[in-house]
Amino acid sequence: MKVQSSDITPRALVEGRRDALRRMLSGSGALAMGSLPNLGTAQVLAQTQRPGKLAPLPSKASTLPGAQAVDKPTAYKDASGYNNFYEFGTDKSDPAANAHTLKTTPWTVEIEGLVKKPGRWPLEDLLALSPMEERIYRLRCVEGWSMVIPWVGYSLAELIKRVEPLGSAKYVEFVTLADPKTMPFVGSRVLEWPYTEGLRMDEAIHPLTLLAFGMYGEILPNQNGAPLRLVVPWKYGFKSAKSIVKIRFSERQPATAWNKAAPQEYGFFSNVNPEVDHPRWSQASERRLGEDGIFGKKRKTLMFNGYEAQVGQLYAGLDLKKFY
Amino acid sequence: MYFASIHRAIGAPLAKPFVFVLALLPLAYWLSALWNDALGANPAEALLRGTGLWTLRMLCVLLLVSPLREAMGWTALARLRRMLGLFVFFYALVHFVAYVWLDQSGQWEDILGDVPKRPFILVGLLAFILLIPLALTSFNAAMRLMGAARWRHLHRAVYVIALLAILHFFWMRAGKRNFDQVALYAAIIGALLAWRVGRRFIRRGARPGTSR
Repeated sequence: MKVQSSDITPRALVEGRRDALRRMLSGSGALAMGSLPNLGTAQVLAQTQRPGKLAPLPSKASTLPGAQAVDKPTAYKDASGYNNFYEFGTDKSDPAANAHTLKTTPWTVEIEGLVKKPGRWPLEDLLALSPMEERIYRLRCVEGWSMVIPWVGYSLAELIKRVEPLGSAKYVEFVTLADPKTMPFVGSRVLEWPYTEGLRMDEAIHPLTLLAFGMYGEILPNQNGAPLRLVVPWKYGFKSAKSIVKIRFSERQPATAWNKAAPQEYGFFSNVNPEVDHPRWSQASERRLGEDGIFGKKRKTLMFNGYEAQVGQLYAGLDLKKFY
Repeated sequence: MYFASIHRAIGAPLAKPFVFVLALLPLAYWLSALWNDALGANPAEALLRGTGLWTLRMLCVLLLVSPLREAMGWTALARLRRMLGLFVFFYALVHFVAYVWLDQSGQWEDILGDVPKRPFILVGLLAFILLIPLALTSFNAAMRLMGAARWRHLHRAVYVIALLAILHFFWMRAGKRNFDQVALYAAIIGALLAWRVGRRFIRRGARPGTSR
């Protein structure tokens, strides 16, 4: 029988499983038995309960300021069943129903543009590039709902450092997969494909900007942007590109998918801002899914989604009404 | 004949309670799904969209009554029309309550801010307001009081309501340029209204002395 490279489990995942086994035998096993003092010897492990659906992706709890939201994490069922991923359909339930066709192995990410070290990165190398951290972030969708998700990954800055951007690189563009064979709605007129997103360089290297490979202690479900995606917690959700295949460094601000589709509604920055309404609805409040209850009042949306202390200085002096 | 037996069934005494129960099924589904937490991650949105869609579907069923009655000769359908009309109003009312209570948390100042921001809400609201006098005059006594001609005239507002409903749906979906379902319902309502225009035209032409 011929073994295809795609049949082989990526090494980082195998090692991850071994790590998890080791941990079951030592650290968290002790936790289960109630001998808490033992934990003092180990680093703080990610505490999120695994749903047991996909391969585990072990991580350590991030110590980065802002990376451990105190909010109650959204149920895995909701986070993996209510998605905007238009390549698989525009209904919130479409991606979970259709994304099983997405093939995430083998996967490579191409680094190009204004960097000293362009090239193709196999997913396995990206998984092993930096230690995995668990970060619990609020996710605010531009549509007015929000979730709280324990992501697994590391700062995008780690990758950016490795590829050594040139001084002329001012922006980072993210190009996502557009495969009509596995993505049934690529070709629909809603957006231009491939879906692209972009960040200013200082936003891209901000430590809170996460390159995520997993959530809830496991690898990402396809409908959430497997095998790797961006998570920019202070911006509306659509800025966090899913299933990334190319990262391009450029001098000029890249075009972004929603901005091209409706420039007056979706700006390049798209920072969460309760004071700047979407032209068609208010952004002052949001419904926290699974928590605010069907008959409950919506909660107030926070400036920069509550990450103002960490990212506010990036926008000092910028007119946020004009640069929405 | 097959069609004749359908007509007999429509005329049967149990037809009306049967259709009544049938028309309540969407409501029964929402209540059970709500109870079993089966409406997905965003139940408020699911109910808001579901009630809107079923209002539109009821409207299609209602507008189908006259064409079916005339084309198939199913005169007994007339007996069901008022009830179906009231179901359109009922689902529109549930949709309205879902918007006020679930989407806007009953905050009137929020609603006043929301309506001018989202013109499709205004259009939906207008359609709902137009439905109210039709529902209020659905009783025999109201028809007697108004006189048949004026009553019929008033109830032609349902055609305006149907057009507003389609515009409301189209505008709501325009944000994501997701028009597949809109096109389907627009085609159905368009065909049902076109049939009425065509019939009027033919009748006018057929009546001696009124040809122009």
